[in-house]
Amino acid sequence: MTSILQVKGLKTTFFTDEGNIPAVDDIDFHLDEGEILGIVGESGCGKSVTSLSIMGLVPNPPGKITDGSITFQEEDLTKASEKRMREIRGNEISMIFQEPMTSLNPLFTIGNQLIEAVKLHEKVSKQKALHRVIEMLKVVGLPRAEEMVNEYPHQLSGGMRQRVMIAMAFICNPKILIADEPTTALDVTIQAQILHQMKELNRKRNTAVMLITHDLGVVAEVCTRVIVMYCGQIIEQADVNTIFQSPKHPYTIGLLQSVPDIREKRSRLFSIKGNVPKPGSIQKGCRFAGRCEQAHDRCFAEDPPLYKGDGQGHQVRCFLHESIEEAHHVEDTITSP
Amino acid sequence: MLTYTLRRLLMLIPVLLGMALIVFFIIHAIPGDPAQIILGQQATEENVEALNEQLGLNEPLYVQFFSYLGNILTGDLGESFQTNNAISEEVWPFLAATIELSFVAMLIAIVIGVNAGIISAWFQNSWFDYSAMLLALIGVSIPIFWLGLMEQWAFSVELNWLPSSGRENVRDPVEPITHLFLIDTLIQGRLDQFVDVVRHLILPSVALATIPMAIIARITRSSMLEVMKSDYIRTARAKGMRMFGVVYKHSLKNAVIPVLTIIGLQTGLLLGGAILTETIFSWPGIGRYIYGAIDARDYPVIQSGVLIVATMFIFINLIVDLLYAAVDPRIKYH
Ligand SMILES: Nc1ncnc2c1ncn2[C@@H]1O[C@H](COP(=O)(O)OP(=O)(O)OP(=O)(O)O)[C@@H](O)[C@H]1O
Ligand code: SF4
Ligand SMILES: [Mg+2]
Repeated sequence: MTSILQVKGLKTTFFTDEGNIPAVDDIDFHLDEGEILGIVGESGCGKSVTSLSIMGLVPNPPGKITDGSITFQEEDLTKASEKRMREIRGNEISMIFQEPMTSLNPLFTIGNQLIEAVKLHEKVSKQKALHRVIEMLKVVGLPRAEEMVNEYPHQLSGGMRQRVMIAMAFICNPKILIADEPTTALDVTIQAQILHQMKELNRKRNTAVMLITHDLGVVAEVCTRVIVMYCGQIIEQADVNTIFQSPKHPYTIGLLQSVPDIREKRSRLFSIKGNVPKPGSIQKGCRFAGRCEQAHDRCFAEDPPLYKGDGQGHQVRCFLHESIEEAHHVEDTITSP
Repeated sequence: MLTYTLRRLLMLIPVLLGMALIVFFIIHAIPGDPAQIILGQQATEENVEALNEQLGLNEPLYVQFFSYLGNILTGDLGESFQTNNAISEEVWPFLAATIELSFVAMLIAIVIGVNAGIISAWFQNSWFDYSAMLLALIGVSIPIFWLGLMEQWAFSVELNWLPSSGRENVRDPVEPITHLFLIDTLIQGRLDQFVDVVRHLILPSVALATIPMAIIARITRSSMLEVMKSDYIRTARAKGMRMFGVVYKHSLKNAVIPVLTIIGLQTGLLLGGAILTETIFSWPGIGRYIYGAIDARDYPVIQSGVLIVATMFIFINLIVDLLYAAVDPRIKYH
């Protein structure tokens, strides 16, 4: 399988009055054609900044890509002109955001906003564009499409608006869709429908999807591969089965334990002690050390690199996994509470 | 939109009535006996009494009010004590002069103020932003009469570029049709006069525009900054839209409501503040008309003048309200 997007050594820093915040700090990953890649991690770990970096939409000032490359079909997006980025946005790489309630402009009709998305990238008549829009609205499961194009966002529910956003993202047949927590603000049944919709479009149109979420249930449902981020870094990456069946990093293990398990009927969710440190606040050592039960002296002194795990493409940033044999031994001791 | 407009128009009726009542009683609270003033110091007691009787000033106040109300509803604003002419006929040239001046001033204030605000927000913290906001700060703090006098000194006295007073060249006066000289000169195809009228308008309208322009620029900037942080602006950019469209289409429409509010208020204040500018620039407008009437205790003129200005204020507010609804589809549903 060929990679459609290759991120290498990406660093995105915010230069603020309180100092420089390396929100994304040297991350490497790739997105394959037609796959659904999950990116998980606690709030503030840099998931949104990663996706905004790819879109070239990091708020500047204060933010800036300071290092690395983002290769999309042999073109480095960090070096592309603003004009070229405009051609790519919405056309080759689309994005959906977390807040369906506020992501559509309240003062323009649904039709106006969708037609605009088409006409920005294709020279078509308004009539043709409208036709496409209505068709696309039907594809994402909005039956009243003909009337809806004349309605304003406040006349639609949250779930309907998120479908409109999906329609907007897919209308130019992008090669990549970045979905930043697309279902977090919706209730569970709607969530399932929206995810199903995205999976359908991914399958039918072979669009690669980068799905950002902090819901591991969602990951298990739709993703093929997972990246776990912590404090601006990738700390583990593997295919879904490996992540769920043999997670290696103590943080990933903690995250998995914090997923409510209906069979066990635990009254309280397991959660990892302490808070996510602010990016840039830890200068030396493993960023998880302050919260890690397996932390030892070396963890506070040296930065752990990414080690190879046992599965194909499995990587883990933890000294406990310098060799796989050691890893199995330790894993047993930490998974039994 | 039509029913909304009709509803808003109906709601105006009590407002206008209340306003007429307030204007009426305030005018009657002004000290001084009008009959005495009309007739002069030498008038006898009987003559004063007779005139009071004739003008209906001896009737109880509420009777006076209702007959006054009946008159204004039929378009009769009474007669001036000084000239004995019907006010409804006499007032228009003055009103037209003020409308023309205020319109041009507001146009300048809006076009420059709104765009300065937009560009300042777009390029936040740039040198443009800093200098525009510094100018705006100076603009709101400058006393209008001082600015007017400085303009006259610089552009009329020293440089001799522009006329310092009046609305037209007195040696070649405009033949009035509508009394809006910009329009009249164009109808008559008198381009030379049109240019002359424009030259007369520049100094007073700039003086009058300064404060509203500064306030509009500041409100537009802060409103735009707020809007440009919102999610739907990020969506518009993620679609691949260019910044110009993002700013002037998606942001401006959302940012415009507080700007409209301030434009409405400032237009009202402008009408009130015109009296000062009209005095400095000898502009024959409604402010000067009322001012002269106050001096002469010309009750009917004062009353009608204030009534006209207040009515204009109310209608400006109505227009602003209707514009809100035209901009924001959510307003009609509340
Ligand atoms: N505009 C900004 N100015 C300064 N710092 C910022 C800005 N945006 C993001 N950051 C920093 O970048 C870090 C990562 O933010 P990001 O939005 O990527 O987190 P996230 O993983 O998407 O979290 P969430 O799950 O809450 O969406 C944050 O800790 C924050 O300190
Ligand atoms: S490197 Fe050390 S502190 Fe970091 S996760 Fe591994 S054991 Fe914990
Ligand atoms: Mg986020």
